[in-house]
Amino acid sequence: MSTAHVLLGLLAGGPRHGYDLKRAHDERLPRAKPLAYGQVYATLSRLERDGFVAESGQDRDGGPDRTSYELTDEGRGHLAAWLAAVDPPAPYVNSEIFNKVTVALLAAGIEQARDYLVAQRAAHMGRMRELTMAKSAPGASLGDVIAADYAIGHLEADLRWLQTTLARVAAMTTELPKDVTT
Amino acid sequence: MSERSALLSGIGIARSYGATPALRGVDLAVGAGEIVAVTGPSGCGKSTLLHCLAGILRTDSGTVTYRDQDIGLWSEAARSRLRRTEFGVLFQFGQLVPELTAVENVALPLLLAGSGRREARQVAAEWLDRLGVGELAEQRPGAMSGGQQQRCATARALVTQPRVLFADEPTGALDALTGEQVLGEIVRVVREQGTSVVLITHEASVAAYADREIVLRDGVLDPTGLGLGVGR
Repeated sequence: MSTAHVLLGLLAGGPRHGYDLKRAHDERLPRAKPLAYGQVYATLSRLERDGFVAESGQDRDGGPDRTSYELTDEGRGHLAAWLAAVDPPAPYVNSEIFNKVTVALLAAGIEQARDYLVAQRAAHMGRMRELTMAKSAPGASLGDVIAADYAIGHLEADLRWLQTTLARVAAMTTELPKDVTT
Repeated sequence: MSERSALLSGIGIARSYGATPALRGVDLAVGAGEIVAVTGPSGCGKSTLLHCLAGILRTDSGTVTYRDQDIGLWSEAARSRLRRTEFGVLFQFGQLVPELTAVENVALPLLLAGSGRREARQVAAEWLDRLGVGELAEQRPGAMSGGQQQRCATARALVTQPRVLFADEPTGALDALTGEQVLGEIVRVVREQGTSVVLITHEASVAAYADREIVLRDGVLDPTGLGLGVGR
């Protein structure tokens, strides 16, 4: 997962300046490591260089000048592609999935989060089937079985979280619109 | 699974208990030799679907077709015969007869189907061997562990060599490792036999043994598997 995608997601709601982005990031992803201001500005300048964001104005508001940034069309497309890409089902707790769902809910809305989760769930189930077949195969060594168990256990945890998240989203739909921008 | 190649299929299955709908129009097709997992949260209608497909419950509407025949049109006696010969059923708790030994339990479906006592015992003993519990043939269920009981129950469900096995949370009462061993045995044997399986479970790790999975929620199929936009 990259900070860049999270910042793009936060900018999907409208222009923000760096301080605002840092605050929104720390608030929306409370379990993530808080962003340093330097990291925010370095990421923004990379995103600007790549054409994904552009300066949208300056405001002073009693303090120093602050530059606001907005998503470009290219940035919007880049964000959508990231949100739609299914992650390789990996044998460890996959924080990329967590981040993607959070950003999808913030930036793209329930439909996109749902589409992503449905595809991700299918990928997870497919991988679990492969691992189950591998460990059930005649001649599978103890090492094979233990390794498959480890992966299956973690994929199962991801799946449980996917399921619970969607159930929560369904139950909380009425509280989400303030965050949903498209 | 296309309709054409389905061994067992349900179309628009609906079933209520009094005023409470348990199934509200479920379609499902199971091919020959295919293992299909039916998953979903508690109360979603999984077990009711199994009972309807197995001809234990009649549907309120919709049809259950087995080998191109609508079994809903059959008499109770014909459905009962179907369950004794072509279908096998395995529940969470083995439901072995406590007064009978393992081999007597497993021989029971054969005796009901008209086999002679000696032949039934011999075939039953072979099936107990196949499930790895041959040495327990003369034990009663009370003297066996949960895993051993489920192996016996599996032998009993498969002894008539049914074309379809209905398994309702077959390892739900077992600890993780024992459950996996029993499930591994069930899958190995049904693959060898080419038996189709309808496997009810709420666990993803169990569903992963199946060829594919359908998810039920609130009595209808949930194509997303995630419970959004279903039944609303």
